[in-house]
Amino acid sequence: MIRFDGVTKRYADGTVAVDHLDLEVPTGEITVLVGPSGCGKTTSLRMINRMIDPSEGRIMLDDVDVRTIDPPTLRRGIGYVIQQAGLFPHRTILDNIATVPYLLGWDRKRARSTALELLERVGLAPEMARRYPFQLSGGQQQRVGVARALAADPPVLLMDEPFSAVDPVVRASLQDELIRLQAELHKTIVFVTHDIDEAIKLGDRVAVLRVGGKLAQVADPATLLAAPADGFVREFLGRDRGIRRLSFVADTGLRLRSDLVVPVTSDLSRVAGVAADVESPWLAVVDEDNRPLGWVAPADLPRAGTLRDVRPLPYGTFVRGKDSLRTALDAALLSPSGCAIAVNGDGRVIGVATRESLDEALALAASEAPEPHDAPVREDADG
Amino acid sequence: MDEEPLVRWDWIARNWSTGRVGSISSLLVDHIVMSGLPIVLGLLAALPIGLACVRWRRLYQPTAGVMNVIYALPSLPVFMFLLPLTGLTKATVIIPLTFYAVAVLIPAVVDGMTAIPDHVRQSAVAMGFNPLRRLLQVDLVLAMPVVLAGLRVVAVSSISLVSVGALIGQGGLGNLFTDAFKRDFPTPAVVGIALIVALALVADGALVFLQRMLTPWARVRRSA
Repeated sequence: MIRFDGVTKRYADGTVAVDHLDLEVPTGEITVLVGPSGCGKTTSLRMINRMIDPSEGRIMLDDVDVRTIDPPTLRRGIGYVIQQAGLFPHRTILDNIATVPYLLGWDRKRARSTALELLERVGLAPEMARRYPFQLSGGQQQRVGVARALAADPPVLLMDEPFSAVDPVVRASLQDELIRLQAELHKTIVFVTHDIDEAIKLGDRVAVLRVGGKLAQVADPATLLAAPADGFVREFLGRDRGIRRLSFVADTGLRLRSDLVVPVTSDLSRVAGVAADVESPWLAVVDEDNRPLGWVAPADLPRAGTLRDVRPLPYGTFVRGKDSLRTALDAALLSPSGCAIAVNGDGRVIGVATRESLDEALALAASEAPEPHDAPVREDADG
Repeated sequence: MDEEPLVRWDWIARNWSTGRVGSISSLLVDHIVMSGLPIVLGLLAALPIGLACVRWRRLYQPTAGVMNVIYALPSLPVFMFLLPLTGLTKATVIIPLTFYAVAVLIPAVVDGMTAIPDHVRQSAVAMGFNPLRRLLQVDLVLAMPVVLAGLRVVAVSSISLVSVGALIGQGGLGNLFTDAFKRDFPTPAVVGIALIVALALVADGALVFLQRMLTPWARVRRSA
């Protein structure tokens, strides 16, 4: 665990970058520091590995004051990923990754074989090993940056806006990659970003900082979205935070109907009757294997033949028990029926979430919006 | 009397290596020593001064100013000024050329160091390099292409400037020019020019070769 204890950083010109920061970074979790420029998030990060020393307060790393550890020694035990990757242009990819093992005095063979493993672990081909950094794309360089930070298997990883210099598609894949890696590695990660969406996607806990280096709120993403501590946090989260909060609401509260599902082998002469019985203008069509084909409106269909003869309309699905309410809602909005098809892990249809059941689930989610906790609540002029 | 030919090959053959002072080969060796030493000494002096200027930025402007003034001084009066101190020795030539080399190489060191991207420097710190190791394994290596470019300028200009020393009898191959003028005999001058140009080309080529060997990462960048 990393603990900030009343940490303040004041520069010679009087600028306060970080103001009495108290924060706990739990072991094995991703804690994101997020805020606008000038909020002291990078300064806070760099005080952990003593690239900057605080003016007041102390930072405890597993109950040891980091100021009692010689900086190079401290830093070799903490992985660091910097914006633009910061790879050494004069070293091959393999030697870049092996930087800290070399510094720790591992023999070259061991350092290189570890580096090669990490290269593959971050999803790069072994052929990259002998290239130089400028021969790689920005996204690939950033992967190498992550591999380099992991090379000596440090328990703590500091990441300073590591994905902000790459395009959005690459950024999303790097974020997914980090989530995948973290599921295997369980590092204690402090991640700095100015992008609130990135913070919410990656963070187990998100600490929102305001300009002047004050902590505005620290909470898990769902709590943050549901109950921002003040106007600043609310504004920083952006307008659609309610919708985004649904990403953290499980779909288990969603009532499913199985009577709206008809097999593709059904006679058209019967389908209209089914629709009338279940009192729905729409029916979901599945194939013999119980996989979704789409929606039909029986009222518009001919009376002869089977459902095979008609072309079902587009549909959206969500995986029951795995996807969030947001995914279910998204699936509903992609269907002309306004209903979402629920499938199991194998992609087989297990029912339909109608607009009524979505409505109930949304009302439930709204009523369960958690109260803000472990953060100061302030009344702001704009709040 | 017949027109004197531009080159008398028999003169070259007779004077190439007589074993005496003033033979062409001994002048060539003198020339290499008198131009080579300033390059090496200049680099050795410019590195710490340049690094100090990077570390304490306010040193750089005054240092650069002084160095520019030195560089602007014509070599001949500097030789004359040094004569009472060092006499008609090679040192009289080597000292000013060393100063010229330093004047060119300090900015090269400073530019090379400041051109290192900030994120690279920061990540070296964050990886846990201690200052000396960072200097040797990261900063100086990354500054090398710029420093080597400065060295190429210094090498060629030193090789050419040594010949001015002929006016005090210490010009290496330049002595062949004064010889030629005194005797109205062009062959030594032609030999001197040819050898000086050849020497400059060889030195420059050697530095380019060195650059390719030492900075493969920069070579790939050029061809990419």
